[in-house]
Amino acid sequence: MTGKIVVGYDASPSAKRALDFALNAALANGSGLIVAHVLEWSPYTFLTKEEIEERHARRNMELARAEEAILKPAVTGLGAKGVTVETVSRFGNIAEVLAKIARDQKAEQIIVGRTGHSGLTSRLFGSVAGSLAQAAPVAVTIVP
Amino acid sequence: MNTQVKILGLAALGAAVSAVPVTAQSIDEQVNAVFASSTGWFVNLIFSSFPGTSFPWIVGWLVVAATIFTIYFGFIQFRAFGHAIALVKGDYSDPDDAGEVSHFQALATALSGTVGLGNIAGVAVAIGIGGPGATFWLILAGLLGMASKFTECTLGVKYRNEYPDGTVSGGPMYYLTKGFEERGLPMGKILAVLFSIFCILGAFGGGNMFQANQAHAQITNVVGDYPGWITGIVFAVIVFSVIVGGLKSIASVTEKIVPFMGILYVVTALIILLMNYDRIGWAFGEIFDGAFTNTGIAGGAVGALIQGFKRAAFSNEAGVGSAAIAHSAVRTKEPITEGFVSLLEPLIDTVIICTMTALVIIITGQLVVDAETGRYLLDEGASTIQTVDGNKGVALTSAAFSASFGGFQYVLAVAVILFAFSTMISWSYYGLKAWTFLFGEGQTTELVFKLLFCVFIVIGAAASLGPVIDFSDAAIFSMAIVNIIGLYLLMPIVKRELNSYMARLDSGEIRKFA
Repeated sequence: MTGKIVVGYDASPSAKRALDFALNAALANGSGLIVAHVLEWSPYTFLTKEEIEERHARRNMELARAEEAILKPAVTGLGAKGVTVETVSRFGNIAEVLAKIARDQKAEQIIVGRTGHSGLTSRLFGSVAGSLAQAAPVAVTIVP
Repeated sequence: MNTQVKILGLAALGAAVSAVPVTAQSIDEQVNAVFASSTGWFVNLIFSSFPGTSFPWIVGWLVVAATIFTIYFGFIQFRAFGHAIALVKGDYSDPDDAGEVSHFQALATALSGTVGLGNIAGVAVAIGIGGPGATFWLILAGLLGMASKFTECTLGVKYRNEYPDGTVSGGPMYYLTKGFEERGLPMGKILAVLFSIFCILGAFGGGNMFQANQAHAQITNVVGDYPGWITGIVFAVIVFSVIVGGLKSIASVTEKIVPFMGILYVVTALIILLMNYDRIGWAFGEIFDGAFTNTGIAGGAVGALIQGFKRAAFSNEAGVGSAAIAHSAVRTKEPITEGFVSLLEPLIDTVIICTMTALVIIITGQLVVDAETGRYLLDEGASTIQTVDGNKGVALTSAAFSASFGGFQYVLAVAVILFAFSTMISWSYYGLKAWTFLFGEGQTTELVFKLLFCVFIVIGAAASLGPVIDFSDAAIFSMAIVNIIGLYLLMPIVKRELNSYMARLDSGEIRKFA
C-alpha cells in the first residue's frame, strides 16, 4: 500500500459514483481508502437556548447516525475486495474538512462527486467540488 | 428615591384612571390596581434607601460588587478583552470539537436574551428621570459590570449539573449549592433556594411583564390606543405555543432575526448621530455636566447616577445571575473561557447599544430645556423631565428616532416586539431552570410554571408602566442580592481558574488552532 485516497461521501448518486471510482483507483494503486462524511456546520449560526442545551447530545446522535446509516452501508463488502477502508465523520465546512483530513492523513488525492445533495445551494454559495479545487493540498478528482 | 418611585407610580395610576372611559379599560384598571397594591411592599423593601439619604442600597450593592470584582481580577475586562475576541472568532477552538456550540453562538444567544427593551425603553426611562447625565453612569456601570459577568459565568459553567442524556443545567442555584459545599461553607442550599424564588419572580417581572407592557405601549403608539389585555393575550398565546406547544420554529426564527434587528438599530442610530454630527460634542457635554452637576433634574447628579446604574443593571443583567444560567449550557473544556466571552455582553449591550439610544434621544432634542436658565423642565409632580410630546419609555425612543427617519416608529415597533418576545423566551428558560431546581424536573411541574408565565404576560400588558417597572426592577435586583453574596464567597475559585489558565496560555500549552 503506497498511500491513501480520501473520498467525500454523502450517499447521493454522485457520491456513489465517486466511491466506485475511488475503489478502482485504490485497487489499481494499492492505496488505502478513507471514506469521509462531513456534516455541514457553521460556528456562526444562531441557536436558541434549548438548542444549545441539547447540542452535545444531538451532535453525538448525528455522528452515530452518519456512521450507521451513511458510512457503514457504503463500505460493507469493500474490505473483501482487498482494500483497507477507514471511515471518518466530522462536522464543519465540507471542502475545508476534506482538505484537512487529506493533510492530516497525508493522503495522495481527494475524490468527490460533482454534485452533492443540493444543486441550488451550491449555485448560490459555490460547490464543494469547486472550493476543493481551489483549496485542497493534494490532487482532486471530480467524478461527474 | 423611594418616594419618587411611588409618586411616579401613583401619577401613572391616577392618569390611567382619570384619562380613559371607565367601561373601555376597566379590566386594565382592575389588574393595575390589584397589581400595584399587592407588590408595593416588595418594591419598597428592595428600593429602600441608606438611612438619611435618597440612595437605594441595592444600587450601591451592585456597583460595589462590580468594582470589587474589577479590582480583584486586576481589571479583567481590559486585560482579557483581546483574548475574548479571539475566543469568539474561534481562534482557540479545536476543529475536532466542531459541531459543539461555539463561543460565538453562546455569546449571540446570551445577547439576544439581554439586548431588548432595556436598551430601548429602559434607557429612555433613565434619561427621562435622570437627564443626560444618567448616560455617563450607565456607561460606567456597563464597564464595571463586565467583571461581574465574567465571575458569574465562569462559576455557572464550572458547577453545572450534567445529565446522562448529555443535557446540562447550571446557574447560581447550582454554584451556590455545589461551590459552597466544596469550600465547606454553610447556607449554600438556603441561598440557592432564595435565588430560585427571586429568579422566578424576575422571570415574571423584568423578563415578562415589563416586556409585554412596553411592547403594548409601542403597538398603541403606532396603531392607536386599545386595551392592554388584548396585546397580552396575543403574546401569551404565541409564547404558549412555543414553550408549551413546542413550536420551536417560532423561537428559532426569532433567534435568527433578533441579531439583525440589533444591528439595524445600531446602524440607524449611528446614521442619526452622523446627520447631527455638529451636536455630538454638545451631547457629550450634556452627559458629563449632568453626571456631576445639578442640571435641574429631580434628585440632581445623584438622581442621574441612580437612574444610570439601575438601568444598566436592568439592561445587561451583570451580577443578576441570569447569564450564568444561559452560559452554563455550553460545553467547554475550560469554564473560564465562557467567563471571558461573557464579559463582552455588558460592553455590547450597555456601553454600545444603550449609549446609542441615549445619544439619539439627547441629540434630537426630546428633552425640554428652560430657555432662560438652560435647565431641564420637570413635569407636574417634579419626578420626570418634560419631553417634547410628553413621551415616556419606549415612546420617547420612538419619537427620537422618528424625528430623523419618518416611519422609523414602524421599524422600531417590529424590533420592540421581537426583542420583547426573545427576552420573554429567554427568561421563561431561566425561570424554568429555577423552578425545576425547586420542584424537580417533570412534565407537570414544568407545565405549571409555563402556564403561570403566560398569565403574567397578560397582567404585564394590562398594567400601567409605573407599577410594572417597579416590580420588574425589584424582582431582578433581588436575584442580585443572593447571587452576589455567592460570588464574593466563590471568587477565589474563579481566581484560581484564571491564574491556571493564564499560566498555560503564556506557556503555550493553550494555543491557537487557526
